[in-house]
Amino acid sequence: MEITRRRLLLLLPAAAVAWNYVLAGAPDAAPNYNLTEHWWGMLIDISKCIGCGSCVRACAEENEVPEGYYRTWIERYHVADWKIERPEVESPDGGKNGFPPHVDDGGKNFFVPKLCNHCADSPCTQVCPVGATFVTPDGVVLVDKNYCLGCRYCIQACPYGCRFLNPKTNTAEKCTLCYHRITKGLTTACCEVCPTAARQLADLKNPKDPIHEFLKTHTVQVLKPHMATGAKVFYNGMDGSVR
Amino acid sequence: MPRRSRARGTGNLFKDVEHLVRLAAVILVAVVGFVILRAAVVPRSFGQYGHYRGAAISEIAARPITFAGHETCVACHTDVVEQKKLGKHVVVACEACHGAQAKHADDPSSVQPKKLDTAIVCGRCHEANSAKPRGFPQVATADHSGGIACDTCHQPHHPKVETEGKK
Repeated sequence: MEITRRRLLLLLPAAAVAWNYVLAGAPDAAPNYNLTEHWWGMLIDISKCIGCGSCVRACAEENEVPEGYYRTWIERYHVADWKIERPEVESPDGGKNGFPPHVDDGGKNFFVPKLCNHCADSPCTQVCPVGATFVTPDGVVLVDKNYCLGCRYCIQACPYGCRFLNPKTNTAEKCTLCYHRITKGLTTACCEVCPTAARQLADLKNPKDPIHEFLKTHTVQVLKPHMATGAKVFYNGMDGSVR
Repeated sequence: MPRRSRARGTGNLFKDVEHLVRLAAVILVAVVGFVILRAAVVPRSFGQYGHYRGAAISEIAARPITFAGHETCVACHTDVVEQKKLGKHVVVACEACHGAQAKHADDPSSVQPKKLDTAIVCGRCHEANSAKPRGFPQVATADHSGGIACDTCHQPHHPKVETEGKK
């Protein structure tokens, strides 16, 4: 067929419509999952964490986190006597291989597991210039790696240091709250392997979730509440020295 | 120039209307071009939930799992579950020690989990550390056992000391 000007003008819109369908992407992966019925968060009980590093290892394996980078990590706090504003914090390899045995050197010692707080008013998503990171309708902060330019704005904007640039893909990466698991009715990899149940996935929209009773009856705090990020990772028994 | 003189003579508002038609055509082509280009470049699901590509959510959700989940383990290994009920490890999920087993769950006969070295695995949780909560059972393995495998004395699924192992 000869391409005349008339035919070309007719073909262009048709091609645009077809390309539109190509761009629409894969069909829904979890058809029984309703985005509007959930609002995900996590509960972390510091008084239960033993610093074994199971969560860090499980996260790396489940999500193929590159070596030397962490979507979740554990910090060991040492607060000498009254020096609550000057805690000594260490996290060798993110706690992936546990912690070196410590003799009791006085003061207060404890572990704090950290991960993305999946903030409802997240500073990281607000700075993205291309709409590559966002809060889903079920309250999980995700990165669209096909759209991410790797400009690192979000990495700087996160007050909790939860993002990094994947050295292979050169796109921003972070905890997805194991989105591929929770949408299939499973818990996250870190919560699955936590031997003391120090980490528990919580669905804040589910009235039967035990988190509601826990929040009512315990002294619970989020990290950096003065940042007003709407953080949804709740810490039980968190010391005032935790940053 | 007969045309010019005619327009001047009548004082017609639409004199030189041809220029406006050309301009309108250029603008029309630009607008149509923009609309076509936009339709071609912006994904269909962009803006479905907000200022991002809605299809990205299901793409991320489509990732395969690596850890099978405790309920999957329980479906077959009922004997171990019964053993675990005898001890404190009842709350510990199988994959906390045995590692990710989704491949084993998909094909139990050909993918077999590795045998664990209890001298390493047990210490990950039970090696003494001053930052661990008081009351959590912990030992300095060097003093406690001298580095021998823990399952010499302890049964990992219900870790009470077994009398025949004690000697």
